[in-house]
Amino acid sequence: MIKSLLLLPLASGVMAFLMRGDAPRRQLLLWTARLHFLLTALVIYTRLASGEQAEVSAWFGYDSLGVFFLGITSLLFLGASHYAVAYLASEKRDPGEDFGDGSIFTNAPEAVFTGCLLLFLASMTAVTASRHMGLLWASVEATTLLSAPLIYFHRHRRSLEATWKYLLICSVGIALALMGNLFLGAAGLKTGAGLDVGGLLAKAALLDKPLLKAAFLFLFVGYGTKMGISPFHTWLPDAHSEAPAVVSALLSGALLNCAFLGILRANAVCARAGLADFTGGILVIFGLFSLVTAALFMLGQRDYKRMLAYSSIEHMGILALGAGLGGGALFASMLGALSHSLTKAGLFFTSGSVLASEKTKRISEVSGLWRRAPRTAALWLAGFFLITGMPPSGIFLSKFLILKEAIALKDYWLAGAYLFFLALLFAGMARVFIGMTFGERAAKPGEKPYAEPGGMLAPAAAFFICVILAGLFIPGWLNALMKAAALNAAGGI
Amino acid sequence: MHTFAELTIVFIVLLDLSLAVAGSLSYCIKLVALQGVVAGLLPLLAASGAPHARAVLFAAVIVGLKGAVFPWLLMRARDKSGARKDVEPLISYPASILLCLGAFVAASWLGSRLPLPETHVAWIVPASLATIFTGFLLITTRSKAISQVLGYLVIENGIYIFGLALFVEQPMMVELAILLDVFVAVFVMGIAIFHISREFDHIDTAELSELNDWRRGEYGK
Repeated sequence: MIKSLLLLPLASGVMAFLMRGDAPRRQLLLWTARLHFLLTALVIYTRLASGEQAEVSAWFGYDSLGVFFLGITSLLFLGASHYAVAYLASEKRDPGEDFGDGSIFTNAPEAVFTGCLLLFLASMTAVTASRHMGLLWASVEATTLLSAPLIYFHRHRRSLEATWKYLLICSVGIALALMGNLFLGAAGLKTGAGLDVGGLLAKAALLDKPLLKAAFLFLFVGYGTKMGISPFHTWLPDAHSEAPAVVSALLSGALLNCAFLGILRANAVCARAGLADFTGGILVIFGLFSLVTAALFMLGQRDYKRMLAYSSIEHMGILALGAGLGGGALFASMLGALSHSLTKAGLFFTSGSVLASEKTKRISEVSGLWRRAPRTAALWLAGFFLITGMPPSGIFLSKFLILKEAIALKDYWLAGAYLFFLALLFAGMARVFIGMTFGERAAKPGEKPYAEPGGMLAPAAAFFICVILAGLFIPGWLNALMKAAALNAAGGI
Repeated sequence: MHTFAELTIVFIVLLDLSLAVAGSLSYCIKLVALQGVVAGLLPLLAASGAPHARAVLFAAVIVGLKGAVFPWLLMRARDKSGARKDVEPLISYPASILLCLGAFVAASWLGSRLPLPETHVAWIVPASLATIFTGFLLITTRSKAISQVLGYLVIENGIYIFGLALFVEQPMMVELAILLDVFVAVFVMGIAIFHISREFDHIDTAELSELNDWRRGEYGK
């Protein structure tokens, strides 16, 4: 089953490059996403039902942690593919006028876009399935290379700048994770632990501690760059603001999680080797620092897609914080990863509709959205409440559980700082969302009525409903899966 | 026994220093290619006795990629972009070489402090760390996009040598996957350079500065 999961998007991606017609290619994208989701559901089901490791080889296999992140990726891609089909159809109708400076630009060929999208899914599937740290690294680097052309879909200067920064910063960052892998290998040299996750976990206690610490530091910086942990996040706002909404959604919702998975794998080995305090400390410090960075940049933000990008940095910080605190907070991190992915993807989808309606990404130029695009405005506002953690939502639950853990650990300073910056972030985002949604709207000259694209809004609405439901009631199987994933992330087998 | 390998290490460090002062882009491309080839051959030189067929094959792949394919791709990117021939460093060449030398001293100190397994080849750890630093130097202090790709490749060379020093044997499949990634990275960056040159009429990354948070939204106005 893992083989078909990996090969399906790979084969479809290659086919998409070769296909001529736009319509069949879009169908290919849709059906690949649906089939991938179905296979993922089967993998999750077998995982939960049998409890056995579904190993096909030493390279690929699924533990609960991998399965959980696979589930998020696949669900997100399902929504994104539906959005993409509606989006590509609308892009074909009116070719691009640069909202920034009014110049005309072309789009990348649709075959390249769809092909890269599918290959991107294949590489993310490989990340979640990797049982070998070296292969994990190669897969994460592959995600960078395959998603770079996606950011450069609209061929203009700013997207090119964003693509270049993304390519270079992430490639160099991930090169450091390769150093981490080498240290990890050296730490287990005498024990013959190798670099496969199973072997490392089995022999964790025998690993050389100083080298293991060095390995974690390098892996954290490397994958942290990709995950958007501050201060290594500098590529993230540019890439998210310049990429098409569907790509931003996938970057934020699926890709950042994949990098987080890399950190969690390293964390698991270290925790099992008795270094949980060391790794926890690093995760908490950088997690909190990401919150601070996000809060500061949120306050003066003028571009709403960049604002969403900083919100992603905030949530990655929270995930790291949760992972660092451990215990119940690790479970909260899992719930946070799921809820954030769905909410942020929904928000990016909605931002695509806002951009199509208002033709600007500047916050100050958008107001009274509800008068022109009521459904978009409703989703925009709903997304705001969900992402800032208003109950009932999965994000509220996860933020609350992390706070509870910090208090339970008697870390009052941390809890206080956490709350303070969350409040700051709420205030910063409230200003933007409320201002854009409500207020008077001055009609722009030559403006045509805006027909809200249902196909672009429906995935967002579906995701939001899922997040609200997760805040009200977590089904038993999901609860079990997240618990098992949290156990894996803390070094349990 | 390992005299050859040790001489090679010295050569690699000398290549780092030349990269710090090399002024012409094509010369830099050749230096990086040479360094890649030398690093690729290093495991064969350092091995005692006859090398495995696997090691020979792998070395051949590396030499082919780093010695022929990468320089060809980069030379093409340089020609197509119509870039001026020099690297235009942001700091002076003496400063570059001083930083490079300083890095080597620091790397020697760090190499002696790291709790690494004993290596057979002297100076291999400091040399690899110095090479990684040289790569970072190229990325941060050279404004041309091609120089930044070269910096990335130098970092990759350094990490490869570091891996040799640590005796971390990765399975063939992983090694090949990593090489494939590096190849695709250079390929994609080459395409990006081509687009940058077409869009901006040059490949000076200092001009790629429209996206930031504080002057946001002023473009085109």
